[in-house]
Amino acid sequence: MRDFSYVRANSIEAARKAAALPGAMLLAGGTTLVDLAKCGVAQPETVVDITHLKGLDTISVDASHATLGALAKMSHVADHAGIKSHFPAVSEALWQAASAQLRNMATVGGNLMQRTRCPYFRDPSNFSACNKREPGSGCSAIGGVTRGHAVLGTSQACIAMYPGDLATALVAFDATVHLGQRVLKVDDFFLLPGDTPEREHDIRAGEMITAIEIPGSAAARRSTYLKVRDRQSYEFAAARAAVGLELEADGRTIRDLRVALGGVATKPWRARAVEEALKGKVLDEDTVRKASGLAMEGAVDHGANHYKIELAPRVVARAILKLGETA
Amino acid sequence: MTSQTTIHLTINGRDHSLNVEPRVTLLDALRDRLDLTGTKKGCDHGQCGACTVHVDGERVLACLTLAAQVEGREITTIEGLAGADGTLDAVQAAFLEQDAFQCGYCTPGQIMSAVACIREGHANSDDEIREYMAGNLCRCGAYPNIVAAVRQAALEVVS
Repeated sequence: MRDFSYVRANSIEAARKAAALPGAMLLAGGTTLVDLAKCGVAQPETVVDITHLKGLDTISVDASHATLGALAKMSHVADHAGIKSHFPAVSEALWQAASAQLRNMATVGGNLMQRTRCPYFRDPSNFSACNKREPGSGCSAIGGVTRGHAVLGTSQACIAMYPGDLATALVAFDATVHLGQRVLKVDDFFLLPGDTPEREHDIRAGEMITAIEIPGSAAARRSTYLKVRDRQSYEFAAARAAVGLELEADGRTIRDLRVALGGVATKPWRARAVEEALKGKVLDEDTVRKASGLAMEGAVDHGANHYKIELAPRVVARAILKLGETA
Repeated sequence: MTSQTTIHLTINGRDHSLNVEPRVTLLDALRDRLDLTGTKKGCDHGQCGACTVHVDGERVLACLTLAAQVEGREITTIEGLAGADGTLDAVQAAFLEQDAFQCGYCTPGQIMSAVACIREGHANSDDEIREYMAGNLCRCGAYPNIVAAVRQAALEVVS
């Protein structure tokens, strides 16, 4: 790891100013930044520590919305009683992410900035080609081992999968991210790789995530997060879905449905085609399974990740059917 | 650019002052500078749990924590777990009783993680113990005895 200078920010304004300087990076939980610095991927000249800032770790929840301070720990949000009752999918996404130790370190703001786990991106000494790391250098993953790579939202330049759990639940429920002056939908905050895979977030120099806001809804209250993976725990997803469901008074017709996918896409992936196909329909297994296939519209595989195209719709369908049974 | 910075750390109730480069992790500071080698370096990338310590009472990974970052926090390592008279913590005693290790390299991390797991209230069943201890790998595969030790200690701590 290259050495860097260390600045401890004592106010949000000071943090923003320090982080806007060339070569500076914000340090929250450090679970991505310190790791990638050891890999030689992140090479900050200055690390701006924001973990000593006061008042940015507040979690407040009522029926109308939840506000998560950027420095709230993943573990604290997962265990929060209000999050569990009003936004169960958010709690489930968080406690199924990483390990207990990492969740005690990682903040929800930092989690949105988590980088891909693409093994080619993480290994500059063995793979010099990576458009995300070195724009224009090529992509080592295309034509390489692709079992963990994305099938949705890919480009000729990059097929790296977005690994985070939390953001998958956030996009399902129209959450926003607060950046000081600007407030963006989480869905818009994450960018498709296109020709510029090095740019993953719509965040500008001098901006810092201060909070995440999630609007409450009946679908958010009746929601779940299903994560399917190679081993039972402490593993990234082969495919995952955050789903929320609201039924009409008859208890069987779908009034509102939210579906977001992960483990298969280059960014948190809202599956609006599935939602639209099922709204107003009676919830039954055949209808749900057919509609869930729409989640894979436009999917492109690179060989070893082909299984995701079959797996992801099954994960979506299972999550919706599970919610239907919990009436 | 090897800039040194002076930091003050509170570890197992004792204050330490040391000069480090900002890039030095808590793990390297503990092992190489303070001779607290009970905390182990396994993967050094936050994947194995061998370096688990407590910061302000919560379990974290020392390998991904910068030493400078935890100035002013209360740090507890495996060396600080037993009583001043040498009385073992309930989890340490349970690991001995259940033979919850083979080579022992992951054991300090397992024990620090288990103490926190019980304190968090996440040790109510074997399945819950397995889920909330998943961040601590044991390459010898002593998992059945580790789960038994955590279960035993959880009952003792609660009762």
